[in-house]
Amino acid sequence: MNIVVLVKQVPDSGAERNLRSDDNTVDRGSANNVINEMDEYAIEEALRIKEAHGAEVTILTMGPDRAAESIRKALSMGPDKAVHVLDDALHGSCAVTTSKVLAAALATLNADLVICGAESTDGRVQVMPHMLAERLGIAALTGARKLTVDGSTLTVERQTEEGYEVVSAATPAIVSVWDTINEPRYPSFKGIMAAKKKPVQTLSLADLGVAPTEVGFDGATSAVLEHTKRPPRSGGQKITDEGEGGVKLVEFLASEKFV
Amino acid sequence: MAEVLVVVEATREFGVKKVTLELLTLAREIGTPSAVVLGGAGAADALGEKLGEYGAQKIYAAEGDDIDGYLVAPKATVLAELVKRVQPAAVLLASSQEGKEIATRLAVKLDNGILTDVVGLAPDGTATQVAFAGSTIVKSTVTRGLPLVTLRPNSVQPAPAPATPSVERLDVQLGDADKLARVVDRVAEQKGTRPELTEASIVVSGGRGVGNADNFKLVEELADLLGGAVGASRAAVDSGFYPHQFQVGQTGKTVSPQLYVALGISGAIQHRAGMQTSKTIVAVNKDAEAPIFELADFGVVGDLFKVVPQAADEVRKRK
Ligand SMILES: Cc1cc2nc3c(=O)[nH]c(=O)nc-3n(C[C@H](O)[C@H](O)[C@H](O)COP(=O)(O)OP(=O)(O)OC[C@H]3O[C@@H](n4cnc5c(N)ncnc54)[C@H](O)[C@@H]3O)c2cc1C
Ligand SMILES: Nc1ncnc2c1ncn2[C@@H]1O[C@H](COP(=O)(O)O)[C@@H](O)[C@H]1O
Repeated sequence: MNIVVLVKQVPDSGAERNLRSDDNTVDRGSANNVINEMDEYAIEEALRIKEAHGAEVTILTMGPDRAAESIRKALSMGPDKAVHVLDDALHGSCAVTTSKVLAAALATLNADLVICGAESTDGRVQVMPHMLAERLGIAALTGARKLTVDGSTLTVERQTEEGYEVVSAATPAIVSVWDTINEPRYPSFKGIMAAKKKPVQTLSLADLGVAPTEVGFDGATSAVLEHTKRPPRSGGQKITDEGEGGVKLVEFLASEKFV
Repeated sequence: MAEVLVVVEATREFGVKKVTLELLTLAREIGTPSAVVLGGAGAADALGEKLGEYGAQKIYAAEGDDIDGYLVAPKATVLAELVKRVQPAAVLLASSQEGKEIATRLAVKLDNGILTDVVGLAPDGTATQVAFAGSTIVKSTVTRGLPLVTLRPNSVQPAPAPATPSVERLDVQLGDADKLARVVDRVAEQKGTRPELTEASIVVSGGRGVGNADNFKLVEELADLLGGAVGASRAAVDSGFYPHQFQVGQTGKTVSPQLYVALGISGAIQHRAGMQTSKTIVAVNKDAEAPIFELADFGVVGDLFKVVPQAADEVRKRK
């Protein structure tokens, strides 16, 4: 089986993140950049399928130069190779155009199974899997908390607001995973050393046959007009419980008409 | 005035979801609201009255197993045909998993921009979004095509505006590409009577400080007394105290209730990401330095096992 895992590099969600003041894009220069957390679960799931059924696992990333660090980190977990879509014209691309580029890259990779995270923490938009499925004409099984592979049949269990659903499709398909699906492994020392030698192919827009005007700010289908930092919430009243804390809490709730 | 399409979300138990009523209310400021019901047989008849009460002038209905038996692709196909035909002023959906999935497919089908997790939308199409754990406010707009927007629940106060909608049945022409992901089973889990987490006006959440699964009864008891939903921090979920679907935060649900009560939660940035836009925040934590107090309108430094039962008793007394 040929598995492609989508990995995005994002600014660390544990640190302060900003939009740039000059062009309103995510500030990736000053932030500490990491693999989008959910994507580590996608990598782990691919490796488990490889271990159980045999497969080749390829990482696919679209992102600037520095995304190469995340690609090496991803490879150190165990995938076989990677493809990095890298082109200066991509800066400023919206989700719709990003999906166009990733779909073009996927078309060259002939994947039976594409696995990605359920959402990215910098945009947290949950849009990519269905956009890619729509473009490639393949099934999308999204939000998986469990994935079973039986020959060419994929079955996914996914959480819904009322309970859960079991959804099934034949390959080729794209599956997005939540962080409930597995526990990602840590790269071993051996894995880190091996990753340095694994092939990483760089593809430009020209390689993919996508015109620069179709992407970046020119091709964007939406625009950020302005952004402001939200004034930090200021703490209000703080009391120390001296035996009356519960009553005082309810007095506050009553004063705000919640009780 | 041009039509504004509102894609309806409903649950079997409670009918039309509150976020749909918010969308109808919002749609009235932009144009004439039409509700689009995409679901199993009989869905539109069951929901029509409520949709009319909140101003739907028209209901488009596409129903049946073909719509309901596959993951979202058929719904997006039907909606795309409708959009091409009626040329609405905007298409509004809920920022739920399904709402986003339909909207993203629509965006690709129509080569149209999309704005998700929107908390406000002006009649000129300028949307307000909050980014990065609620720390940044963004104004944005669709620059190609019509405003295609998914709204975060609890962003608009729903207001009734009674209308008597006409119902138009949509002819559904689906292709093989719409039927690739088949729903084999839908399992409803016992939910009891608590409101849905993202729509609740009051949320009471417990964290690692609650200690174990059994103690979560304390959290549930206070939630029930206040008529709220129960939430949990990731640490509480990872420790097995409470199921994952109730996790609040960056990798869980985003909630924006009138009142958020945090019990034994430290207030990590990833937790704040999911609750920072709550109107009023109350916290109980035994550590006076816990970051949750930086956002709490009212904080009690103390042991939750003493404070919460006392608070529950006090609420009971006042009832
Ligand atoms: C990529 C990523 C995504 C994440 N996503 C989420 C997410 O979606 N949601 C989320 O919540 N977290 C998320 N986290 C985890 C987050 O960083 C914190 O680890 C988590 O929120 C901590 O949960 P907690 O506050 O319950 O636990 P802790 O940080 O351990 O805090 C427990 C608190 O309880 C207090 N306490 C203990 N006993 C008592 C008592 N008897 N009475 C009163 N107070 C008491 C303690 O003083 C402490 O402040 C994410 C982390 C990462 C890296
Ligand atoms: N630029 C990108 N490169 C590679 N994968 C991506 C990119 N953007 C999004 N993805 C994948 O799509 C998933 C969902 O992202 P999103 O739709 O942005 O929330 C992520 O978890 C990634 O697996």
